[in-house]
Amino acid sequence: MRGETVSEAATLGRVAGERSARQGDLAPTRRRAWPRLSAYLLLAPSFVFLIAFTYWPVLRVLASSLTVHRFGTATTIGLSNYARLFADPHFGGAVFNNLVYAAGTIVPSLTLALALAVALRDSTRFTALLRTVIALPLLIPLVAAASLFIFIFLPGGGLLDHYLARLGSGWDQTNWLGDPSLALGSIIAITVWKNTGYYMLFFLAGLAGIPNELIDAAKIDGAGPVQRFVRVTLPLLGPTLAFVLIIALLNVLTQVDHVIVMTQGGPSDSTSLVLYYIYQQAHQNNDLGLASAATVISVAFLFALSTISLRGLERGIHYET
Amino acid sequence: MLRFARNDRGAWLVLLFPSAAALLWAIPFAWMALASLRQGSAGSADIASLLPAPPFSLENFSDAWTSGHFPLWYGNTILLCGGILAVQCVTVSLAGYAFARLRFPGKEFLFYAFLLQLMLVPPILIVPNMSTLVSLGLYDTLLGVMAPYFASAFGVFLMRQTFRNIPREYEEAALVDGATRLQIIFRVLLPLARPGLAAFAIVSVTSHWNEFLWPLMATSSPSNQVLTVGLASFTSGAEAGSEWGVVAAGTFLVAAPLLVLFVLFQRQFVESFTYSGIK
Repeated sequence: MRGETVSEAATLGRVAGERSARQGDLAPTRRRAWPRLSAYLLLAPSFVFLIAFTYWPVLRVLASSLTVHRFGTATTIGLSNYARLFADPHFGGAVFNNLVYAAGTIVPSLTLALALAVALRDSTRFTALLRTVIALPLLIPLVAAASLFIFIFLPGGGLLDHYLARLGSGWDQTNWLGDPSLALGSIIAITVWKNTGYYMLFFLAGLAGIPNELIDAAKIDGAGPVQRFVRVTLPLLGPTLAFVLIIALLNVLTQVDHVIVMTQGGPSDSTSLVLYYIYQQAHQNNDLGLASAATVISVAFLFALSTISLRGLERGIHYET
Repeated sequence: MLRFARNDRGAWLVLLFPSAAALLWAIPFAWMALASLRQGSAGSADIASLLPAPPFSLENFSDAWTSGHFPLWYGNTILLCGGILAVQCVTVSLAGYAFARLRFPGKEFLFYAFLLQLMLVPPILIVPNMSTLVSLGLYDTLLGVMAPYFASAFGVFLMRQTFRNIPREYEEAALVDGATRLQIIFRVLLPLARPGLAAFAIVSVTSHWNEFLWPLMATSSPSNQVLTVGLASFTSGAEAGSEWGVVAAGTFLVAAPLLVLFVLFQRQFVESFTYSGIK
């Protein structure tokens, strides 16, 4: 059941690639009387909003990234916003942090999510309870998670330091969010806590789509648990893995709520991510040129990601049965 | 089931690791619950303890309720989620039907065009969308916060898939009876598509209930704050006074409605989320 749903999610890419969705179309005979215009009329309400808030803004931000202000009101077209952006060490730092953040959140949360899904695959009351607990963080706002973790990471009296002191470790005065060498790690920890359950749900759905007979057959052939996982389960989970990876990459670039609430990019820019940098330039420094240029870079990355992901998802169909 | 019986001890060993993980994962929630119920928490050293210490009190909740503007924030968030969902139901049903049942030139291209929205999510477009809101006169209005979400690519895909699974005989019968297309969509198909719509509603409400950056950017007056934006300013205030019990209570108030719904309707939530992937 759940296996179907996830492969359905994976079909999002495939359906777009279909030449034409023939089996879904009405037989042309009687329906031809219904003018084609009506199809466009049905799409129009959606497209009005897509144009206003998805396509038009992309063009708008591209234009404003190329607009250079000179002498008060005079403007020219040029690349100087990009030149300034690439020369800005804060932007370079944000890109670097974002890469560390990507690796630091995606690798552990996907690994954990997969391991948990495999361990909790069989459905009993107890495993259902464990799944629920691990999925719970995905229901709360990232700012709510941030509020909780501000206390957990509080130096000295916070939850983490309190229990580290009880354990007698020398880490009990650690300033998890205030130390530039630890702050990004703390932000990463929240993200892993928040997102692992979400990814686990996809792996559980993917696992449910793998027929037991395949695993039993491998067992009969004498394959151990590790071999069964590496040779049977993992290859069949390929499309799910690709799908989850894309969502995780999207999250890495589009979620900075916790940074805004907990660290404001600091200390010393150590937790500034690209979207936080954009927010800062637009909201605090009022530098629309830099904010626009950085947005264009992000949009370009997402365009590239969607092209790759469409292909990846299309490849995924071969696993569907 | 069979495998479980065959290898009982092994199965319990395998569960050690997820049990440990679940315990660790539950700690922030456990702290939230205990700290919010703790009596006289301000400045107390016990606030970090994870051991229940009766007597419990609701003092922190009443403090949070009076120092924050929770009725306003709840109202705005409910209005936001409800408004977005109401408009989305119309837009995604119409477009979902067009993609599911009709044939027209440019269908594939338009489908790709929809797909883009899955990637170009509003948080990444805050800068240009702010300017658009200003020029439309929608800056600092809840309608402005809602507008970018009125079209939903995910919803369209979901409804398209749902409509396709409905046998065509239903529409044919209605057509013979002289029903118009819109009547067919809203009177015949939508009632049959309720599971798909419910799945979409769960994903839509969850993501907008929890959203922060866009409402933060698109509004400025306190009267337009939603729960997440309110919580952020509330937390920084209470945090400065080290009122951690109040922070926990406020966070609880923001997170509780969806947590309760999740525990009650877990199966529906899980199926909706795995259906979606992309919000």
